[in-house]
Amino acid sequence: MEPSGPGDRSPRGRANRPPRADRAAPRGPAGRVQPVAYLYLLPAFAFFAVFAVAPLVHAFKLSFYEWNGITDQSWVGLDNYVTVFTDPKVRAALWNSVILIVFYAVLPISVALAVVGLMARVRIRGRTAFRAVLFVPTILPLTVVAVAWRWVYAPDGPLNFGLDLIGLDFVSRAWLGDFTFALPSMGMVGTWVTFGLVFVLFAAGVQKIPPELYESARLDGAGIIREFFAVTLPELRGEITVAMILTVTAALRNFDLVFVMTRGGPGTNTEVPSMFIYRSVFQIREIGLGAAIGVILMLELLAVNLAVLWYRRRGDLSA
Amino acid sequence: MIESRHERRFVHLVLVGASVIALYPFVSIVLLALNPPGKRVSGFTIPSTISFENFTLAWQRGGFAQALFSSAVVAVTVVAASVAFSILAGYAFATMRFPLRNTLFVILLAGLMLPYEALIVPLYFDFRSLGLLDSRWAVILPQIGFSVSFGTFWMRTAFWAQSGGSLVEAAQLDGANTWDILRRVLLPVSGPAIMSLSALLFLFAWNDFLLALVLLPQNEAAQTAPLALSFFAGLRRGGEPSTIAAAALLVAFPVLIVYIVMQRRFIQGITTGATKG
Repeated sequence: MEPSGPGDRSPRGRANRPPRADRAAPRGPAGRVQPVAYLYLLPAFAFFAVFAVAPLVHAFKLSFYEWNGITDQSWVGLDNYVTVFTDPKVRAALWNSVILIVFYAVLPISVALAVVGLMARVRIRGRTAFRAVLFVPTILPLTVVAVAWRWVYAPDGPLNFGLDLIGLDFVSRAWLGDFTFALPSMGMVGTWVTFGLVFVLFAAGVQKIPPELYESARLDGAGIIREFFAVTLPELRGEITVAMILTVTAALRNFDLVFVMTRGGPGTNTEVPSMFIYRSVFQIREIGLGAAIGVILMLELLAVNLAVLWYRRRGDLSA
Repeated sequence: MIESRHERRFVHLVLVGASVIALYPFVSIVLLALNPPGKRVSGFTIPSTISFENFTLAWQRGGFAQALFSSAVVAVTVVAASVAFSILAGYAFATMRFPLRNTLFVILLAGLMLPYEALIVPLYFDFRSLGLLDSRWAVILPQIGFSVSFGTFWMRTAFWAQSGGSLVEAAQLDGANTWDILRRVLLPVSGPAIMSLSALLFLFAWNDFLLALVLLPQNEAAQTAPLALSFFAGLRRGGEPSTIAAAALLVAFPVLIVYIVMQRRFIQGITTGATKG
């Protein structure tokens, strides 16, 4: 086994390298092989293998069986996967999770980019204070967030009260019980939660952009819009990649908000895959189906992550 | 920087607006909870007299003393074990050479993409057959298993930054063994990285809901705070909005404290950790 890339270097080569390069590019350690390393890895890998890898294998296995959790399991091949893609309820849940991506990822990323684009042009007073405040929604337990927003959206809650106050009383409604608005209302909570994270990432990224880039853009006569597309957006590509991965993951995994705010209702309007997984164990007792949805969810996340990373890499090459 | 005054004012207005939106839902339940229980509250009402009775009610009815204790036990155990294991593994990946090094690292890193929603079904049945269902171990053990991926990645980056200097090499030349180098050379200078990691893992562990919901279905004594909150908020009978709001604040309180104390470190951690990933 050969260590890859720059790690494979003689000790002498290492000593000669300038210290700057040392910091810029992390590399594998040089020197002789140290078998004691496995001892250091043992605890982490033991827990990872027993509580992450083994359940994953078990999930795959369960997904090929029909089982109510008590009597014998019977092999059904791909039946559970067929159900995932044909059962209207499960499909609705999968589709909802895709719609939630708009609210969890697209919306906060667009808004944060716009705000950060503006911020790049001026000196901000109280930058750290704004950052700290805007980050608060991201750190709160989602169960607490759900309770807070249930109140905001309640029929006699602040949102309706505010709408009535400004004469929009025809808009006010029981937001989370409304067949049209329940999902978007839930989605907006997701936007609220992820915005802070995305904003903090972008705000840190924008500070790392060399001011010369902006100066030369301005010398070329770039206005605020062109400056944004010519400097801010391309320079933030790395941060946008990370933000995409984190927020899309949050959208697809969403469980806590749904469980506490709507339990999937009204009807199946806010149903999501993870709710089905929960139900498969505790209510409908179709363990194989729950496992299959879990596997699909995992593959979906894997596909999204790889797509984002692939797109990023391609962008880097063409740039 | 060229900047117009209008632009500056506009940007600050946007930020203030965003801050109000970020804080309002939380502030709204604070205001709600401070009303005396039973009082009909709606909209933007600011309580005329401040009453903490909702907090006492929630505390008594929701079993939050027990739940907060349980959450603390779970979170502290998870953080202590995960951080310790991550330090050891991160150290090996950062400073040692051994066969399969990169392969093992990639495997561990893949754990970052693993949603535990997908593992919850097998975990339920595995723990059931082991007789661990409804014990705190049922939430502690998997959380350690999921946290070591992130933690190892984190500590490897931290040790890399440190071992870039000549300290480690000098110690190696002196004939120090790997354990001494970790303990005497690297750990003393890695305090900040370890603190950040602990704070983040504490947050994840404290906020976890799904694992507790599925793996602690019947044991009230082991219920964690978010789980107790969801049950309390689901109860329609005693469930007055103002008391539920107070319960939510009890659950949020420890997290807020950690955040306020560690705020700067948190944000730094998130930004550097995420962009290096």
